[in-house]
Amino acid sequence: MDQRLIFDVAHFLAGGLVLISFLLLYQDRMFGLLNMFALHAFVLSLSVSWQAFVQNAPHLYITAAIALVLKAIIIPILLRRVVIRLDIHREIEAVGGIGLTMLFGIGLVALSMVVMLHVTVGADRLAREDLALALSVVLLGFLMMVTRRNAVSQVIGFMSLENGLILAAAGAKGMPLVVEMSVAFSVLVAFLVIGIFLFRIRERFDTVDMHALDRFRGEHL
Amino acid sequence: MALIVAIATQGIQMMLVLALAPLLTGFVRKVKARLLMRQGPPLLQPYRDLLRLVRKEVVLADNSSWLFRTAPYLIFAATWVAASLVPTFATGLMFSWSADLIAITALLGSARFFLALAGMDIGTSFGGIGSSREATFATLAEPAMMMMVFSVALIAGSTQLSTFSSFMVSPDVGLRVSLALALVALIIVAIAENARIPVDNPATHLELTMVHEAMVLEYSGRHLAVIELAAHLKLLLYASLIACLFIPWGLAKPGATAGDLAIGGATYFSKLAALGLLLGIFETAIAKMRVFRVAEFLGIALMLGLLATLLLFVSRSL
Repeated sequence: MDQRLIFDVAHFLAGGLVLISFLLLYQDRMFGLLNMFALHAFVLSLSVSWQAFVQNAPHLYITAAIALVLKAIIIPILLRRVVIRLDIHREIEAVGGIGLTMLFGIGLVALSMVVMLHVTVGADRLAREDLALALSVVLLGFLMMVTRRNAVSQVIGFMSLENGLILAAAGAKGMPLVVEMSVAFSVLVAFLVIGIFLFRIRERFDTVDMHALDRFRGEHL
Repeated sequence: MALIVAIATQGIQMMLVLALAPLLTGFVRKVKARLLMRQGPPLLQPYRDLLRLVRKEVVLADNSSWLFRTAPYLIFAATWVAASLVPTFATGLMFSWSADLIAITALLGSARFFLALAGMDIGTSFGGIGSSREATFATLAEPAMMMMVFSVALIAGSTQLSTFSSFMVSPDVGLRVSLALALVALIIVAIAENARIPVDNPATHLELTMVHEAMVLEYSGRHLAVIELAAHLKLLLYASLIACLFIPWGLAKPGATAGDLAIGGATYFSKLAALGLLLGIFETAIAKMRVFRVAEFLGIALMLGLLATLLLFVSRSL
């Protein structure tokens, strides 16, 4: 297979993942956010299956399938039901300036490129590119968790961060399947725990806005 | 002899853009009218409008300065030069050494500068508000355009349009996410710069939203005709820029025969028709956005341009 085509497709898919992370940052409606997250997971599973195909590593297909079924189908459906039950789907989130967040995001992408391209000088070109883009997806996930106040979108930020980790793991050759499986299931467990917490927060404060916690602790009176 | 042919081809290019520009506008209007189940004005209506305006008397405000009278010609000249630098049916034309994306952006920028000055010259509130809005949008649209230019230039290793379009048809291009991002950024900038629907609607006189129309509200007669023609040319310029950068197939190579030139012309026509059709469909499908949201819309273009440039640093070429 043509070496250039392999690289181009991998770059296209990983770059698309970074772009969808930006779209996640840009969304201000709940259902739009959930749909974008499903798309994020879908592109991730495409990217991982391309890596499986390129590296001739069939166990990566299982990772891709887990990403597709769990994160692109089951978790968005569950989150949608949570959103409907909490009745926050009409809520347009107050994010502190989308433009500023976007600029921060661009800065983070630039940072991850600078760091990763310096750290991985001797490595394989495909792995280098994948690692740099995966680090940007992780950082953008962090940024999303920082800039959002609504607990549900923080969960989505966390999940998209984890997608970046899977991308990095798929790019590195010889990652054993056990690691990926355990990461995937720990995310599912984390999702369940966070879901329970969401309902607890809601019961206690009648909102899922994280500012309520600050008020409760007496930080912003 | 070769020199004469080169000059002639370049001349044809300049006349072609001038002659086609109102037709493209008319075509987009026709598409929009047909999509709304209306008959729409005939395709040649923009030419008739221009002719009628040229015959009319010029009405000038008492306090207008020389700037107000010269600005239309300056705007038109800058836009025409920029539009004729973009390769339409052939690459490697006589002036193609100067067909530099940065030069074209600068020409459009100076045209915009004079338009904003002319808007403020009379001293009415509409002109002022239009100029102020135009300047606000320009602060986002121009960096977005420049980032698009940089990412495209980094890919091809040149800011020259002819070089880039011949690079695009070579097999070196491959599949690049940066190019897709740059294309979307360019489309957003083109929509904003041409005062098309989600940003501005030149067909209405609604003071809450108008931008371009507010600046040219005081113009009449031949001045208005020249400004309208410049606006048509700008739409054609962006359409041919998209066609030349991202769908360059069919362009005649330097030193092409008459047959190649004919093929280039035919493909250019079909590209323009396709882009005009897409623009018409897009404009009927979407609603006008609030003026305050335009900054966000253009911010996306800037973000995409930046991202395209950044992603290049992990791509194959660098």
